[in-house]
Amino acid sequence: MSLKTPLGRVRGLGSAKDGTEHFWIQRVTAIALVPLVIWFIAKVIALTGADYMTARAAVADPLFAVPLLLLIGTGFYHLKLGMQVVIEDYVSNDALKIPALLLNTFFCAGVGILSAFAVLQISFGG
Amino acid sequence: MSQTQQNSGRPLSPHLSVYKPQISSTLSILHRATGVALAVGVLVLAWWLVAIAGGAEAYDQFMVCMSSIPGKLVLLGFTVALNYHLLNGIRHLYWDTGRGFEIDSLHRTGWMVVIGTALLTVVEWALAYGMV
Ligand code: HEM
Repeated sequence: MSLKTPLGRVRGLGSAKDGTEHFWIQRVTAIALVPLVIWFIAKVIALTGADYMTARAAVADPLFAVPLLLLIGTGFYHLKLGMQVVIEDYVSNDALKIPALLLNTFFCAGVGILSAFAVLQISFGG
Repeated sequence: MSQTQQNSGRPLSPHLSVYKPQISSTLSILHRATGVALAVGVLVLAWWLVAIAGGAEAYDQFMVCMSSIPGKLVLLGFTVALNYHLLNGIRHLYWDTGRGFEIDSLHRTGWMVVIGTALLTVVEWALAYGMV
């Protein structure tokens, strides 16, 4: 049982009930993405036109693979939250909105895990 | 818009079809547009990684596609969207500290984002393709 007063329990929840958490994680992922994206742009510039062995060896390096996995995890989470807001804003019909929200979740989880799995395969696949 | 609404003297919410585009509203919708564009852009990232994992042949195929004119256009669009979203995202985070909402500040940071996006894009492409 919560010892909070009834007012304390509802403060900050708003009409969406859990909107503050969505907003907050969108910010946390945004902050984390700033250094990760800048790092990644620099790495991709260095790999422009690289041949296969060079690109593979670069990604397999733990100092590349670990930040890249962080970028994939943070980026796809941020994308999922962001696209959810866009869908909620523009699709008002529930018969379309709920499938669209599901598709968004499946797309982000699917493409995110596919990307992460490829990084692991490059690192450990020998 | 009804006659009573027009005469009430109250502020009206913007009717997009008659609203003059301004730097503030244009940059705001561009943050959303670039976010959605990046949702497509992540497919290029996934393809790149899956191609490397898949072997030399898959990777070379990826590189041929990305070196073609349409491929380069996709990459250029991706770069512009990412640069804009990064810089305007930092602007969003600055706003989250409760600062920067005065009109002149909004305009100044807005133009910084626009010019910064152009500069970053030129510098990145010049570095990537060995033009400097
Ligand atoms: C580079 C670092 C990034 C920063 C600093 C950043 C920042 C932000 C912020 C602050 C928001 C919330 C805007 C609002 O509340 O209106 C946002 C929204 C969004 N972001 Fe990012 N972002 C970054 C990277 C990305 C990436 C890599 C993607 C895609 C994979 C992405 C996709 C989105 C989407 C789809 C939205 C929702 C747009 C909307 O609601 O209008 N962002 N971003």
